[in-house]
Amino acid sequence: MAFVKFIVDGKECMSEEGKQLVEAAKENNIYIPTLCNYPGIPPKGSCRICTVLISGRPATACTTKVTEGMDIQSAVPELESFRKSVVEILFAEGNHFCPSCEKSGNCELQALGYKYTMMVPDFPYMFPKREVEAWHPKLLKDHNRCILCKRCIRGIHNNDGKTLFAYGKRGDKLLINIDPETSKDISDELAQQAMDMCPVGAIIRKEKGFAVPIGRRKYDKMPIGSDVEE
Amino acid sequence: MGKKITIEPVTRVEGHGKVTININDKGEVEQSRLHIVEFRGFERFVQGRPYWEAPVLVQRLCGICPVSHHLASAKAIDVIVGAGTGTGLTPAGEKMRRLMHYGQIFQSHSLHFFHLAAPDLLFGYDSDPALRNVIGIAMANKELAVQAVLMRKFGQEIIKATAGKKIHGTGAIPGGINKNLSVAERDSFLKAADPNNADYMVKWAQGALDFFKGYYKKNKDFIDNFSYFPSNHMSLVRKDGALDLYHGVLRAVDADGRKVLHDVDYQDYLKYIREEVKSWSYMKFPYMMSMGKEKGWYRVGPLARLNTADFIPSPIAQKEFEEYKSLTGKVNNRCMHTHWARLIETIHAAEMIRDLLNDSDLQSDNLVTSGTRQARGVGVIEAPRGTLFHEYSVNNNDQITECNMIVSTTNNNEPMNRAVNFVAKAMMNGKKEITEGMMNAVEVAIRAYDPCLSCATHAYGQMPLEITLIDPNGMILDKKAK
Repeated sequence: MAFVKFIVDGKECMSEEGKQLVEAAKENNIYIPTLCNYPGIPPKGSCRICTVLISGRPATACTTKVTEGMDIQSAVPELESFRKSVVEILFAEGNHFCPSCEKSGNCELQALGYKYTMMVPDFPYMFPKREVEAWHPKLLKDHNRCILCKRCIRGIHNNDGKTLFAYGKRGDKLLINIDPETSKDISDELAQQAMDMCPVGAIIRKEKGFAVPIGRRKYDKMPIGSDVEE
Repeated sequence: MGKKITIEPVTRVEGHGKVTININDKGEVEQSRLHIVEFRGFERFVQGRPYWEAPVLVQRLCGICPVSHHLASAKAIDVIVGAGTGTGLTPAGEKMRRLMHYGQIFQSHSLHFFHLAAPDLLFGYDSDPALRNVIGIAMANKELAVQAVLMRKFGQEIIKATAGKKIHGTGAIPGGINKNLSVAERDSFLKAADPNNADYMVKWAQGALDFFKGYYKKNKDFIDNFSYFPSNHMSLVRKDGALDLYHGVLRAVDADGRKVLHDVDYQDYLKYIREEVKSWSYMKFPYMMSMGKEKGWYRVGPLARLNTADFIPSPIAQKEFEEYKSLTGKVNNRCMHTHWARLIETIHAAEMIRDLLNDSDLQSDNLVTSGTRQARGVGVIEAPRGTLFHEYSVNNNDQITECNMIVSTTNNNEPMNRAVNFVAKAMMNGKKEITEGMMNAVEVAIRAYDPCLSCATHAYGQMPLEITLIDPNGMILDKKAK
């Protein structure tokens, strides 16, 4: 196993060669925000919030492997402003009503909104008309909240290794639906994993809402990324 | 030439409304109305949402009594998940909810009496409006103002400990509650230094009632006769007739104390109650079907509750209840006595909080129960302002298909209109000039009901009230907004 040295925001770091840059930075107590990325599943690079500058050129830190001598800028005003805009766009594009969302307090998008002190988005709300897909006995897919990060498609599979979720429609009508065939007879544990995999409140395990009291939710006491940063 | 007075907005109430008073050529009040000008929406946009979201979503109707909506909705959803009607929960589930509710009653009643009603009592309804507010109270009686703030704070802290947040928490979930009360939380209420403990709150609640009774002695005529008119009265009562603000059966009595609704199961409320729509207000007019639209309207809230209940199951409040009854008779139709009744309830809430805090069931981990799924559920609770109805129907996919709410202030719609008319006639008939004091007198009558106009219209957004003077030809002659 070869180790490489690299620099993030002037700090000298060390990690295994070829490691995902997001993970390599994390090992060195540096938080690079992510949304579509999830440890252990193939990266997609779709949300762009992990964009960093490598030798001055933008690249997504989830799809980039660390190499010897890499010089990375992450927590710089230009990128932080860009990341805030990504969060704002996602809020404006869907129907994200945190006050009644059971993922509130455990939602990565909401947590990033707080991290970047988003008050009112600079972008006009689109208020799209979207449905709640509620036919499944254990899962509910709320398309109003889906940010199309595809974590569920990449990360949640049944016993046959088939994904539980699938694309529906195209272009700006693109949806991620629950696949009736592959999601048949799923266990309660897999349903819970699907909910936990979703960074927002788009995948909800039925009948268990709001079971975790306020104060004990993931981001109630620890802002997102604070477990990584020194 | 006749004229129209508009009071807009009505102040020191929760919500946005206005009063119009039509005066004819002879200077007599012909018609007066309380218009609610906010637009509703919650019953519609809750449709399609999963049922377990309802208690958290619909409480956004209000920032003053969200706990009432949270619990009424949760009680309806309890029925849907097969957890029974009010009595099917685990001891911890029910008692945590009760604690939350009595915390809400305590803070809301304290807020209303000290912040909204007391300025009229302390300074007089026709005193300088610049002083006739909570800041004026703070300047005139600092001790009372501090007490007001700390009493409200205590109630809010109880809500936080049970619901997770002081406003818009998530404690009540289908079939129970999502947390118990830790020993540390319990002790923070029982063992805190004076005055921030449960025993002291009972004393302060008694002090607030003594303050009112002192005022009553000096202003008996005003308190007894201001906006005094007969009506029916409705509330929940416990099965044995006790005052119970969390759960019970529906009882109504007429203006003479005869039972007109005989302790019925609120799951069947639609058999007994209807809502009439009128073109000039977004707030509906409920009435008891058996008595018809003209005679079936009723009051809810503290005055009504002390008319329907046979006794109060806490000793200090019961003693005060007995004194109140001995002075006011079997049925009390005196509008301003609502303040008296509200303060007796404040003592009761403080006593219940203290007793519940000493109950070890609150430390249990057995929090949730469920049973056979139902398609429809009704939840009713006695909110600070009165009886609150929530009804939901749910499809096989767990989505809400229908929702109906009859909010406390909606139940009081006709009585508030009667009160406006009563006071307008008493104050303005034959008067050449309409003074600010006269207009505030109209508001004093409305304020006695502690209305929440946002709740009543299920509005989403702002709240502010306005009074209009119209001539017989419909021309606006005078309009006052605050």
